[in-house]
Amino acid sequence: MSELTSGVLVFLEIKNREISRISWEAMAAAHTLAEGHGLSVDVALVSSPGNPIFETIHGKAPRTVYAIDHPLLHEYTADGFAAAYAQLIEQVNPSYVVFPHTYQVRDFAPCLATRFKQVLISDVTGIETHAGAETAPPTFIRQLLQGKLNAHYRHRGTGPCFLSIQAGAFRADAAEAGATTLATFEPRLDAAKIRTKPGEPFRASAQTVDLGSASILVSVGRGIKEEANLPIVQELATALGAELAASRPICDSGWLPMERQVGSSGQTVAPKVYLAIGISGAIQHLVGMKGSQCIVAINKDENAPIFEVADYGIVGDLFDVVPALTAAVLKAKG
Amino acid sequence: MKIIVAIKQVPERDARIRIDAEGTWIDLQDVEFTLNESDAYALEEALQLKEEHGGEVVVLSAGPERVGKTIREALAKGADRAIHVESDDLAAYDALGVARLLAAAVKDEQADLILTGLQSDDLGLGQTGVILAELLGLPHASLILKIEAAEGGVKVLRELEDGWFQHVELPTPAVLTIQSGNSKLRYATLMGIKKAKTKEVRRVTPLELAAEPEASVVVLERVLLPNKQRTTQILGGSPAEAAAALVEKLRFEVRAL
Repeated sequence: MSELTSGVLVFLEIKNREISRISWEAMAAAHTLAEGHGLSVDVALVSSPGNPIFETIHGKAPRTVYAIDHPLLHEYTADGFAAAYAQLIEQVNPSYVVFPHTYQVRDFAPCLATRFKQVLISDVTGIETHAGAETAPPTFIRQLLQGKLNAHYRHRGTGPCFLSIQAGAFRADAAEAGATTLATFEPRLDAAKIRTKPGEPFRASAQTVDLGSASILVSVGRGIKEEANLPIVQELATALGAELAASRPICDSGWLPMERQVGSSGQTVAPKVYLAIGISGAIQHLVGMKGSQCIVAINKDENAPIFEVADYGIVGDLFDVVPALTAAVLKAKG
Repeated sequence: MKIIVAIKQVPERDARIRIDAEGTWIDLQDVEFTLNESDAYALEEALQLKEEHGGEVVVLSAGPERVGKTIREALAKGADRAIHVESDDLAAYDALGVARLLAAAVKDEQADLILTGLQSDDLGLGQTGVILAELLGLPHASLILKIEAAEGGVKVLRELEDGWFQHVELPTPAVLTIQSGNSKLRYATLMGIKKAKTKEVRRVTPLELAAEPEASVVVLERVLLPNKQRTTQILGGSPAEAAAALVEKLRFEVRAL
């Protein structure tokens, strides 16, 4: 029923009353895709149309911005969002549906894709469009095996292709002028069909460390093997005047508190120096630290993906290298 | 409480990565396999719920014959029985296809809860549980750390980003995808290993499940080793030499010391 030509529909997210950075990156990915295939980009956001946030939409101007507005969407539920998004997708009939790869998207987008008999291509880190784009569908790149392998995926068949874009993979565009229409979309939602009852989000405990303000972070991963071995990295951190951070498994084991965790489920940091010790470099960790100015990796596995983002690397046993480094730092500081 | 736990066998974390002859997956020769990490936590949550409320824990897994070993390990830890969807050709199915097989295998079980890890350590799609919920028409919640029984259902603790959490209440039957780390994982006891040998493992094939084979909509075309994003200077020599070289770099090039 739609008069519109098909294109790329991007769903943005609001975080801390702003459109989140990863949403802009998803929009940049959508424009990459659209340009390669001569498609238009439309954008959608759950919000009332009067929200001043719509004036902050930057990047290449989308054709239409849909304000998805309904009282049942004021708090997130998978049932509510999947139903509302499905209705908008049916109306707009896009060739591609693009999401930022966030925890919220991971919660409902697989359901939504299933309703269209599609499969979400999740966690996309790259898009390659090909010449003769009408006949050659694009290649979507994502990582496998904790970042040790890249995979090329392709969508085939009819129906919209669903993608979620990993943080940091695309650069958010600078604002460009263009004609954009703001349209309100009121989905038909039934409170009885929303089966989950979400509570208010909360923080587990008051933060006592601020990893974001440290200029040097010494971050430790699985390679440390045992809690009893932590003092060797603590000594290095002390010698460097650094904060101690960790990858998820260390915090999961309770060896360091959750607030010291770097990665998609923890903090995102960008210190002057990030020392990754015994951290293999799964993508969930890399997204939290790859913006660091200088990355140093110490790992016994020369093929560990952490070396793909490191400026300096030492391939060796951390139990030999770290004490030697502590000694060298102390000597240099005299 | 009857709980189904969907688990996946994946290559060990430190498995050597060599691309296979077709260029579509890794060479599995000499690769050791293990239980996917977040699935191990899903199993642990299920076993704890059973200890607290009674009931049954049924393990569900799809894959070739070798998956039987991982299933036995789950039974040894305390699961009561298992369903093995046996297929040598799972790579031909996309996430929706695999979820269809799993849904067909459990639809008559009348379980109160279906748990699974939030994502696999190999493909990392992070979708199977959520798709399964949709196919079975059940409510779901993802990234769950803790499950408590509540009036008419469960109350779960869900992890959000940046150190935030929320509680979610949902009616059962429901599907939950479990985040790693909330509990300490148990080991199988000798007694458990012995008992596991006699526990029921029902083997079914995709054909028997009559899960209609549909063409995959998403195809993994090829895999390749990643390109480096930065040029890494590897500092060689003995640990002391490498450490001294790194301190030099941090002092005079990065100017961080």
